[in-house]
Amino acid sequence: MKRSNSIFKKDRFVKRLTLIPYSSWAFLFIVVPLLFVAYYAFTDSDFNFTLDNVGRFFNATTSILNPDGTYKEVHTYLVIFWRSLKLALISTFICLLLGYPFAYIISRASAKTQKIIVTLIMIPMWMNFLIRTYAWMTILQDAGILNGILDFFGISPVHIIGTEAAVVIGMVYDYFPYMILPIYSIMAKMDNRLIEAAKDLGCNGAGVLRRVIWPLSLPGVISGITMVLIPSISTFYISQKLGYGKFYLIGDAIEAQYSANNLHFAAAIAFVLMVILLVAMVFMQNYANKKTLVA
Amino acid sequence: MKTSSKIYTALIMIFLFAPILVLIVFSFNESKSLSVFSGFSFYWYKELFHDTATLKTLQNTLVLALCASAIATIMGTAAAVGITKVRNKYLRVTLNTVTDIPMINPDIITGISLMLMFVFVGRLFGAATSLNFATLLIAHITFCLPYVIMQVLPKLQQMDKSMPEAAMDLGCTPFRAFTKVVIPEIFPGIITGMIMAFTLSLDDFVISYFTTGNGFQTLPIRIYNMTKKTVTPKMYALATLIFFVILALLLISNLSDSDSSRSMKEARKQKKLRKLEEKV
Amino acid sequence: MGMKKIIELKGVSKSFDGEVVLDNIDLDIYDNEFLTLLGPSGCGKTTTLRIIGGFESADKGDVIFMGENINDLPPYKRNINTVFQRYALFPHLNVYENIAFPLREKKVKKAEIDEKVTEMLKLVALTGFEHRSVTSLSGGQQQRVAIARALVSNPKVLLLDEPLAALDLKLRKDMQQELKKIQKATGITFIFVTHDQEEALSMSDTVVVMAEGRIQQIGTPIDIYNEPENAFVADFIGESNIVDGIMLEDKKVSFSSHVFDCVDYGFKKKEPVDVVVRPEDVDIVPEEKGMLKGVVTSVTFLGVHYEIIVDINGFKWMIQTTDFVDVDEHIGLYIEPDAIHIMHKSQYSGMFGDYSSFSNELEELSDAEMELDE
Repeated sequence: MKRSNSIFKKDRFVKRLTLIPYSSWAFLFIVVPLLFVAYYAFTDSDFNFTLDNVGRFFNATTSILNPDGTYKEVHTYLVIFWRSLKLALISTFICLLLGYPFAYIISRASAKTQKIIVTLIMIPMWMNFLIRTYAWMTILQDAGILNGILDFFGISPVHIIGTEAAVVIGMVYDYFPYMILPIYSIMAKMDNRLIEAAKDLGCNGAGVLRRVIWPLSLPGVISGITMVLIPSISTFYISQKLGYGKFYLIGDAIEAQYSANNLHFAAAIAFVLMVILLVAMVFMQNYANKKTLVA
Repeated sequence: MKTSSKIYTALIMIFLFAPILVLIVFSFNESKSLSVFSGFSFYWYKELFHDTATLKTLQNTLVLALCASAIATIMGTAAAVGITKVRNKYLRVTLNTVTDIPMINPDIITGISLMLMFVFVGRLFGAATSLNFATLLIAHITFCLPYVIMQVLPKLQQMDKSMPEAAMDLGCTPFRAFTKVVIPEIFPGIITGMIMAFTLSLDDFVISYFTTGNGFQTLPIRIYNMTKKTVTPKMYALATLIFFVILALLLISNLSDSDSSRSMKEARKQKKLRKLEEKV
Repeated sequence: MGMKKIIELKGVSKSFDGEVVLDNIDLDIYDNEFLTLLGPSGCGKTTTLRIIGGFESADKGDVIFMGENINDLPPYKRNINTVFQRYALFPHLNVYENIAFPLREKKVKKAEIDEKVTEMLKLVALTGFEHRSVTSLSGGQQQRVAIARALVSNPKVLLLDEPLAALDLKLRKDMQQELKKIQKATGITFIFVTHDQEEALSMSDTVVVMAEGRIQQIGTPIDIYNEPENAFVADFIGESNIVDGIMLEDKKVSFSSHVFDCVDYGFKKKEPVDVVVRPEDVDIVPEEKGMLKGVVTSVTFLGVHYEIIVDINGFKWMIQTTDFVDVDEHIGLYIEPDAIHIMHKSQYSGMFGDYSSFSNELEELSDAEMELDE
C-alpha cells in the first residue's frame, strides 16, 4: 500500500489537469485527422472501401504533344510527383550549396555580428509568403526589374519567368533560412579548439572540413535538408506564380482536387505524399544516426 | 571576417532582401506598375485605408491570431508543465512525437487532414458547410501549440527542480510556488512562444486555405485571391505595414529574452554597486 | 545539550519503482543537535532528508515532529526548512527578496521583514548585499543567502542537502566552521547530509552512517571512528585494515597467525570476528621485534607522513608512518592492545579493508563519480 500526503495527491491532480486537455487536443486534432486522410484515401464518395483513388494516382494517364507533332501517353500523377521531387531536390541542393559555407562564415564571426546576421536572415520570413513570391514575379518578368538592371549595364535580357529555373529560385528563396539556421546553430556550438586540434594533428584546410567540420555538422545538415525538402516538395503557390502554372506540382494537384471538391482523390494524393515523406525521413534519420555514431 | 566572406555575405543579403526592398519601394509608387517606379507617393496607403473589405480581413486575421496564440500559449504552457511531470518513458516519447507532427508535416497535409475531419463531422450533423471561424481557430491553435511547447519545455527542463520545492519549503502552497517561482522562471519562454504563435497565425495561408469557409476570410487568403488577378501596389502597402509591425514585435521579444542584453545590463549594475561598495 | 526528541522516524521505508531505498529506518533526532547523515550515493540519506522535509512520503512508517505525526503534512506547513544542494535561489529576486520570501508568504509586516532580513544578513556576514542579484554572487555567497533564507522564519529544524558539495576545498573548510557557528548561535537542530566523512566527523554532534537504505551506526564522531560497528563503517570512515580473526577469549584475539592482547570483551569463545587496525596505529619496528612480519611493496610520500603498503602473508596492510622505509624492505609491525578494535561478522565482512588493489587515484576517481551520481 502506497500512502501519500496531500501535496502528492495535488501533484497528480496537476499532472492530469495539465496533460489531459493537451493530450486530448493533440489526439483529436493531430492524430485523428491523419487517420481521416487514410480513410478518405481508401473510400469512395459513399465511404465504401476502394483502391481506386490510390490506383488513379499511379495509373492515370494523359496525352501530351511531342515536339514532332505526335502524342505521347504519360502517367499524369507520377510525372507530377517526379517533377515535384526533382525541383525540390534541386532547390534543396542549391540551398545546401549556398547555405553551408554561409553558415560556416556566420559561425566564425564575432558574437555581435552573428546575432545581427541571424536576425537579418530571419526578417524576410516575416514578410507574407504570397507577396514575397509575387514580388519575385515582378523582378523576374521579361520586362521586369532584373532585365531592367541588366539592360542598364548593357547586358542582353534573360528569360527566366515561366521556366523551371524561376520555380527553383522561388523555392530557394522561400526556404533558404530553414537550411542556414540549423546548420549555423550546430556550427556555432562547435568548439574552435577542435579545428585547431585537427590542424595541430596535421590536417590541411580541406582535411579539417572533410574530417572534422562536416561530420560534426551533419545533424544540422540533415535537419536543414528535411526542413527545405518537405515544404518545397509540397508547395502549391510558387509554381503557379513563377512557373506561370506550366509546372504542375504535387501541391498544386492536391489543391486542384480540393477546389474541384474531389476530396477522396485529394486525400489519396496527400496520403501517398505523406507515406513517401515518412519513409524518406526514417531513412534519413537512420543515415544520420549511423553517420554521427561513426564520426 | 575575410573580404571574400564579406562579399559572400553581402550577395546572400541582396538575394534575401531584393523582393522585400522591391515591394517596399513599389508600395510608394505613384502609378499602378509593380516594375516601373514613376514617382513617390502615399497614394496606395490612402487607397488601402479606404479598402474596407481588405481592412475587414485584416481585422479578422488579427482577431484570429490573438485568439489562437492566447489559447495555444495557455494550453501549451500547461502541456509543457505536464510533460515534465511524465515519468513513463513511452508516454513521454509518444507525447513528444505527436507534438512534433504539425511542425514536420507539410502544411498542406495538416490543412487537408483537418479539413477532411471537419467535413466528415459536419456531414454527420448534416451541416451544409462545416468550415467556419471555429474550424479555422482549431486549426491555428493546433499548429501553434508545438511552437509554444518547444519554447516553454526547455525553460522548464533547465530550471532547478528544487526551485518549486524551495518555495513550498518556505511556505508556498504548490499553486503559489508555481505562480511565484516557476512562472517567472519560464516567462521568457512563454512570451517567445506566444509571439511565435501570433506571427505564425498571422502569416499562415496554406492551412487557413483548407480549413476556413466562405464566411470568414483572412488577409493571406484575400491576398491569394487577389494575386490570381493583377495585384496593385495597395497590397504591397499592406504587406509593408504588417512587415514593420511584426518586425517591431520581434525586436521587442528579442530584447526581452536576449540573455546577453540582460546580463549586460546586470553587469553594468553590478559594476556600479561594486564602485559604491568601494567608496563605503 | 537538551535531550528532548524533536524528530522521530519510526520504521520508515521507501521504494522507487520497486527498488528499496529506505528499509525500516528508526532514528531519533534531538533538539539543538548537529546531526549528519553520512553515506555513499544511493544509501538513502537524501531520501531520508526529503521525507523529513515533506518532499517525499514514506511508503511505511511514521515521521513524528515534536510529538506529532506529520506524515500527511505538506512541506509548507512544516516548521522545517531546507538548504538545497544547488541552493535553489530564485533568480528573479534579489538577495533581500530571496531572504524575505518566506516572510512575505506569511504576510509579515514590512518593518518586521526589514528587521529580520537585516538580522539574517548580519548572521551570514552579507550585510550590504541586499540589492545584489543572486546570480552575480559567488558560490559561497549564494550558499549564505540560502542559509539566511531558510533560517529567517525561525524553523525548529534546518535540513542541509550536501550544501557544500559545489564549493572548492578551501571555501568548504571555511563554510564548515561557519555552519557550526551558526548552528551554535541559533540553537536550531541541523540535519546535514554528506558523503564526505571528514566533513561529517569535523562538524557533527551525532553521525548516522547509512548504507543500502539502512542505518549502519549512530554515534558521536569519536565513537564512529574508534568503535565502528562493522566492516562497512570501518572502511567508510577513514582508512582501515580489516582482517579476519578469532576471538580466543576476552581481551585475546588471534589474527594473521599471531595472538594479540586487546581491550574488547563479551564475544563468544572462538567466535570469528573482523579485526580493525587503523593505519596510523601501527608501529614499524625491526623485523625480529615485530608481532607481524612483512615486505614493503609501495611507499607514497604524502607530506605529513608516508603511506606504505606492507604485504603480510599475502594480505596488504596500509600503514601511515613518519619513518622512512624502502620498497622491498622487510619490516616488523607492532600493535598496541588499544589500537585493535574487534567487530562481529556482518554482511560486509571480507568486502573491505584489504589494500592489495589500492591506489590514491582510484579512490579519487570513485569519489568524483560519487559526487556526479548525486
